[in-house]
Amino acid sequence: MTQAAAVEKVAVRQYKGTPGQIRRRRIELTAGLVLGALVMVWIVANLINSPTQFAQVFILGFRNGLLYALIALGYTLVYGIIELINFAHGDLFMLGTLFSSYFITVWFGQETSNLAGWLTFFAALIAAMAFCGGLNILIERFAYRRLRRAPKIAPLITAVGVSFILQFIGIKWNGSTPRNWPKVLPQSEFTVLGVHIAWNTVILLLVAAPLLLLLSWVVTKTRQGKAMRATAQDQDAARLMGIDVNRTISFTFAIGGALAGAAGLLYQQTTGTTNYNLGFQLGLIAFTSAVLGGIGNLNGAVLGAVLIGIIQGLNDGLPIGLGQKWSQTVVFTILILIMVFKPAGLLGKSTTEKV
Amino acid sequence: MSTLLEVTDLSVAYGKIMAVKGISFNVDKGEIVTLIGSNGAGKSTTLRTISGLLAPKSGTITFKGEKINGLQGHDVVKKGITQSPEGRRIFPRMTVSENLDLGAFLRNDKSEIAADYDRVLELFPRLRERLTQKAGTMSGGEQQMLAVARAMMGRPELLLLDEPSMGLAPVLVELIFDTIVKIREQGTTILLVEQNALAALDVADRAYVLESGSVKMSGNATELASNDEVTKAYLGG
Ligand SMILES: Nc1ncnc2c1ncn2[C@@H]1O[C@H](COP(=O)(O)OP(=O)(O)OP(=O)(O)O)[C@@H](O)[C@H]1O
Ligand SMILES: [Mg+2]
Repeated sequence: MTQAAAVEKVAVRQYKGTPGQIRRRRIELTAGLVLGALVMVWIVANLINSPTQFAQVFILGFRNGLLYALIALGYTLVYGIIELINFAHGDLFMLGTLFSSYFITVWFGQETSNLAGWLTFFAALIAAMAFCGGLNILIERFAYRRLRRAPKIAPLITAVGVSFILQFIGIKWNGSTPRNWPKVLPQSEFTVLGVHIAWNTVILLLVAAPLLLLLSWVVTKTRQGKAMRATAQDQDAARLMGIDVNRTISFTFAIGGALAGAAGLLYQQTTGTTNYNLGFQLGLIAFTSAVLGGIGNLNGAVLGAVLIGIIQGLNDGLPIGLGQKWSQTVVFTILILIMVFKPAGLLGKSTTEKV
Repeated sequence: MSTLLEVTDLSVAYGKIMAVKGISFNVDKGEIVTLIGSNGAGKSTTLRTISGLLAPKSGTITFKGEKINGLQGHDVVKKGITQSPEGRRIFPRMTVSENLDLGAFLRNDKSEIAADYDRVLELFPRLRERLTQKAGTMSGGEQQMLAVARAMMGRPELLLLDEPSMGLAPVLVELIFDTIVKIREQGTTILLVEQNALAALDVADRAYVLESGSVKMSGNATELASNDEVTKAYLGG
């Protein structure tokens, strides 16, 4: 080997970025390891201290995570296709909770868990999905479409405005204080190895999981899904393929909205309460989930949501922990840490496909 | 020969900037027609307007006798016009074969699509080796081949090519122009936009020279290639 070749080989092997980049990466790695170690210690301590309670809050956290995932997907789908952070999305979910409440209790008069209650629940699922999906199509059509070529800040501000409008409708519809509703899902629970599991947790899983699978199938396997992915990557090129870009964007808003509608019903039926500002609370958690997973990445949104659900569940429900009053703080801390150290999110920028 | 595309008095503006100022030209069935002209002459704007990505300020575009200006982009594709756009615009995070599939997005004739798939891979064997590669990771030349192949997957009657030789090594430029001739032999009419005027005039039947948004000269390609003015301005002679 000549000397020059040897030097070159060493240089190739050793080049890992500028000194600044290397230092930054080292700091990030150390911080990540320390944080990870602390979380592990916390989890192990609780696991040893109270294993059944751990399992119980873990399951609850996972359940909430799936609920967040249904909402988070709406943020990530819309961001993936038109790079808009749709601030109104959480409020759409809130209207979904109200629609479901009225549908089941007021319009169909169901208050108990019997056959009629069950049938109404499934009718409400379809109706809430159609309601929120349709509403989301209208929002895109009238509030965002005209601004598609405007500077990005314009649709962003419009989204905040739409959020206010939806909250206003929420106040009118729900009233300004929380409201309680009867549940048509069974309120009983069963016990496995000393762990109590509520039936409505099982039902939530049985509704949410197929919806997530269905979405994944639509996006990866169908013609509409292909059109969505093409539109997300290059709108004009998609047009040149014969794709109706406006319709594709409408369709994306429709499925994001439909998932929020399903989440609205599931939330309303598991907690039995509604409030006009729910959209803000859960919207922020769902948005954080989407960012944690890598906004624009569908698998990332589900992963981020489940992680946040579990972290929140453990924090709120474990004997050794910060407790429920710190719940929001924990979520925001996660959001800030990702923004600073890994803005692309857990799955962002990797080879996995956007939308 | 019958007129396939007829552009009459077309003007296109970006806000206040007039990019195309009342140009007229036509493309007959089976022809290769080229639009040449220097940077900013309005060539890409013209193609984008034909494809329905831009709305004309005035003038008409007819295709097979039917007015198509005012149609949306996807409807123009339905009429039988596809485009390989300037700067390739392939879908970078999709594989080569997914890109080709999208080229046939509006078609349902499975067996015919499969036949066209084989046909374009025969024209561009390089793509066959890379069917499962993400298109964005290919070299510029390979991406250009993909852009042309993708536009052909729509089985258009009229194929619009915007600078298919841009940024390619001389061997590849030759390959692309040879392929353009082959595509026409297989029955597709071509409207070609080029900076490489010499090569374009060599394969084209007729040419229009655009200068700052207007047609400055037009005529038989071989005659224009030997025209003094054209040689001076565009052929570096
Ligand atoms: N999006 C746009 N906004 C404003 N002006 C534009 C836009 N696109 C093109 N133009 C202007 O329109 C004129 C024509 O541009 P066009 O892209 O059609 O030229 P061209 O002939 O294709 O040039 P080139 O050979 O460099 O590709 C230019 O002056 C250009 O600056
Ligand atoms: Mg151009």
